[in-house]
This record gives sequence, C-alpha cells and structure tokens, in this order.
Amino acid sequence: MTETTMPMAEPSRDPDGPWRLRLYVAGESAASLTAFANLKNLCETHLKGRYEIEIVDLLEHPRLARGDEIVAIPTLVRQLPHPIRKIIGDLSDTDRVLVGLQLRQKQS
Amino acid sequence: MPGTAIAIQPVMPFAERGLRKAPTGISGLDEVTGGGLPLGRPTLVCGPAGCGKTLLAMEFLVRGITEFGEPGVFVSFEEPVDELVTNVVSLGFDLQQMQDDGLLVVDQVYLEPEDVQVSGAWDLEGLFIRLGAAIDEVGAKRVVLDTIETLFGAFADAAILRAELRRLFVWLKKKGVTAVITGERGDGTLTRHGIEEYVSDCVIVLDHRVNEQTSTRRLRVLKYRGSLHGTNEYPFLIGENGVSVLPITSLNLQHAASDERVSTGMASLDEMLEGGGVYRGSSVLISGTAGTGKSTMAAQFCAAACERGDRAIYFAFEESQAQIVRNMASVGIDLARWVDAGLLRFRCIRPSLLGLEAHLATMQQIVSDFDPAVVAMDPISDIFHAGERDEVAAMLTRQVDYLKSRGVTALFTSLNTIRDAENSEQQIGSLIDTWIIARLAEFDGGRSRVLYVLKSRGMAHSHEIRDFVLSADGLELTGIYHGLGVEHD
Repeated sequence: MTETTMPMAEPSRDPDGPWRLRLYVAGESAASLTAFANLKNLCETHLKGRYEIEIVDLLEHPRLARGDEIVAIPTLVRQLPHPIRKIIGDLSDTDRVLVGLQLRQKQS
Repeated sequence: MPGTAIAIQPVMPFAERGLRKAPTGISGLDEVTGGGLPLGRPTLVCGPAGCGKTLLAMEFLVRGITEFGEPGVFVSFEEPVDELVTNVVSLGFDLQQMQDDGLLVVDQVYLEPEDVQVSGAWDLEGLFIRLGAAIDEVGAKRVVLDTIETLFGAFADAAILRAELRRLFVWLKKKGVTAVITGERGDGTLTRHGIEEYVSDCVIVLDHRVNEQTSTRRLRVLKYRGSLHGTNEYPFLIGENGVSVLPITSLNLQHAASDERVSTGMASLDEMLEGGGVYRGSSVLISGTAGTGKSTMAAQFCAAACERGDRAIYFAFEESQAQIVRNMASVGIDLARWVDAGLLRFRCIRPSLLGLEAHLATMQQIVSDFDPAVVAMDPISDIFHAGERDEVAAMLTRQVDYLKSRGVTALFTSLNTIRDAENSEQQIGSLIDTWIIARLAEFDGGRSRVLYVLKSRGMAHSHEIRDFVLSADGLELTGIYHGLGVEHD
C-alpha cells in the first residue's frame, strides 16, 4: 500500500488490536490514584495483554494541559484504537467507562 | 463638636484606604471606575451576545501590555485564536507580535461535549494547571477568561462545576492577577449560570440597544466593592482605537470657574455682557428663528478666537465648509484665512448619519486632538432630530460638560420658531451660562432683527433689546429697539 492511496497513514481503528490509553493526572492525588487503580482493573478484565497505559502528570508537564486540550482531571484519553475518546473522572463508574471506551457493545 | 477627636476625623473612602486599581487604559472606563479595575482581583463583565464584552476584555489585556507593562493571558472558551487575532487587527492590536514577544498567551480551550463521558469524581485541575502555566510563561499580571460559562455546556455536573469555579476565582486572587471574566446575560440573571455570585468584587454590565434605528452600546458599573464608582449607564463606542466610554467627568460640577473673559467677536454684544464678553470655559447658547444671523455669530465667535491666536473648531450640522466660508465672506468674515493658518477647523456632519453616541464621541475625539480654545456648534437643534429628546439632552449635557472640563468656551446655536423661542431648549437651558435670543421683530411696514441677553451667569448683563444688522462688515448691534410688535412672553 503506497502513501498516495493511504495518505493519512491511519492509526488502527481495530478494537481488537492494541489499545493505547493515556491518563492525565495532577500529582498523586486520591483521585489520580483511584483513577489509575480503576483503569488498571478494567483493562485487566477487558483488554488483558493488549493494552498500555501512559500516565501524564500535569504537575510535571504543565504545558501538556494546553497541548493536549485538558481541562478536567483526571482525564482518560483513548489514543488507540481511533477515534480518540475522552473520559473524565476517577473512573469509578465502570459502566460509564465501558461506554466511553466503546467496550460496552462487545460485552453485551 | 471639637471635644471629640473621633467625630472630626474624616471618614476616608475605601479607595483612599488602599484599594489598588489596575488602570484599563480604555478611554473613559478608568474615569467611571475611579482608576481602573480592582488590582489582583476578578471583575465580571457581562452582557448579551454582541455587546462587545470580548473586545473590552481584549483591550484591557492589550493596553495592559502596551501601556502598563503588564503581560497577559487570554483564555478563550469560544472563539478560535486565529479569529480573535484577526478581529482586533483593525484596532491596531497586533496579538501575534505580542505573543512572539512573550508578552501574551492566547489559549483557546476547546471543549467537545459530545465526546466526553464522565465517570466518577473530577475537578478542573487541568484548567488550573493550564492557566497557571500560561501565567508563568509570560509573567502575566492580567488574565481574561472569555466566556467561562461555556464550561456548563461541556460538563453536565453543574454542582462540581460551580464548586470548581468558586475555587478558580479564589485561586486567581491568590495568584494576584487582575482578571476579567466575561459572561453572557441570562434570563433574569446577569449571567446564564449565575457566576456573578462568585465574582463579587466588581461587576460591569454591557448592553446593546437599538432605538429609532440608532444603536447604542451602554456600560454600567453595577458593583465595585470598596470603591466609589459612577452608577449611571454610560454609552460606549467601539471605534478605530477600541472601546471608548463616554465621559464621565460627567456632572460632578467641579469645573474650575475662570474669571477671564472671552470676546464674542461682536464688540457691541461684549458691551452688553459687562463690556468683557463671556467667561472663558462657559457655554453660550444663541437661539433664534430662521434668518437671524445665528451662524454669523458663530463664525464671528470663531474668527475672534483665531484673531487672538487661539484655535477654534466649527461643527456645522447643516452646511458644508465651502458654503459657510463663502457666506461668511459676504458679511466680511474671512474664515478661509484662519483655516489656512491652521487655527480654524471645520467639521461638517449630519447628526443623523451617526448614532448620537458616535456623534458625541467623534466630536470629543476631534476636540481632544485639536485642543481648541473655543468651539461652535451650529445648530444643535439638528441634533434633536437625531434621537429621542431625553437622550439628546443627556448627550448635550455630556458634551457641554466635556467642553467645560477642558476649559473650552463653547457657543451653540439653536433654531426655533418664534413661539417657542425660550421654551425649546429647556432641556439644556440649565447647562447654559449665557443665553442670547435673536429674533425677527415685525413692526409697521418692516422687519428688524433684534437680540437680547436672556441670562448670563455671574455678571450684570444688559437687559436691553437691541437691533442688529448684518452688513458687509459682519454683525453688529445698533440702537436699542423701540419698535412695536416684539412678542413678549
């Protein structure tokens, strides 16, 4: 496949492919820790073996808040598969996270 | 009571007790607010869509950078950055340059309501960090959040949002930045989501109304904690140089009163005014019926100023400059000479072309640029056709006031019919220091022009009714009128 037929070099849209998740937090706050724990659990349950979680601490990289359009904390961004999805909160409402990540349909 | 020291201790207004202010640099606004917005505190600027709040906020920031050496951060929750930049280019604000110079950060917070799922507790720490980073990046002293209530559309949980906004305003205060938060007017509330509850130091309300096809923007300082402020609605304009709130020196009646006299340009009229003419910085009204030489008097008044070496502005609302110069030349008044000498400037304009406020602002701009000693407006009765009477009166009041505050001697002419010679200008009569009535008097077999001084504050003026003539040598009073038929009241 050449560049001309696939100019965007599109990232994977395959929900069965690899998942890349990024969690934006602000320091080691309770909400940040809760969010990470919840996310980890959820991924182990639903995406075992094919996910990676990157934690971005905005206190360490404050300019990323602007670069990545972050307003609320914690924010989870699904980078892969495409399209990008955002979920805010400490991820304690698992159903909502599943809907947000579009993992819900798969489960039902 | 001299015995009690406390009783004679003057009560200092809050402003003098150390409430510091950040000057906005916006023409007129600093006068209304007694020096600017509360330093290091948030101010809410609210009004309906299109009222100019974004521009006002932006100008506050830009002037902070260009005039007061205070870098700024503009956070836009609505307009894209490039649009903001483009919109203010016409006002001479080069936001790009300011950003390149490290004096300004413009950050657009892009909100995408439909994509965002909410699960569990969250806060706006991301926004805080983002704003904090921008403030630190340029060492900002001023911050604008435009329009923060947009967040309510993006986050369904209003309770969290309110708590977070409350925290944000406290945080801004701690940061010590002077902030302007804009809000769109809600139904029965100042802002849609009632954020005025959290921004309690200073609230400025903007409005945009259309009356008889003339649009007027207005500004009111609704609240200013710890400071005296003007409570009126002040018209404001968005002009070539940004926002300009119309003064405002308004009606404090603190003009210096000069003892110096200024000639009216007619020796015989000066004579009726204790021989010296009118006081410098006073306002003179000449009202009369058609054909009584009002414009001639205005021209003579201007020419006399130029002869003294002073500058004069002639605002003409009915005739062109060429027409006036020609007509006056025919009665021996050489205005062209003074125009050439750079002492006399004409401004010919029909009041109805501009809105009243625009009209007033334009006149004030010209006066401020040219800095004349005298100003003639011929005739102000035309202005009365340009708007509602109360508004016109208010506008003239501000005009007179403005001129007085600058020590400009002003002469207004007013055209009226015989019947209402002394009634028609009642709205402005109280502003006028010297009021001269000119009219045609009919008597057996002829008509004669007569003139008398209705009032002239602070002097024992003549009460005679004088005949006057318009000749090739200008206008001069002749004898005392003895004819019949003058319509006394």
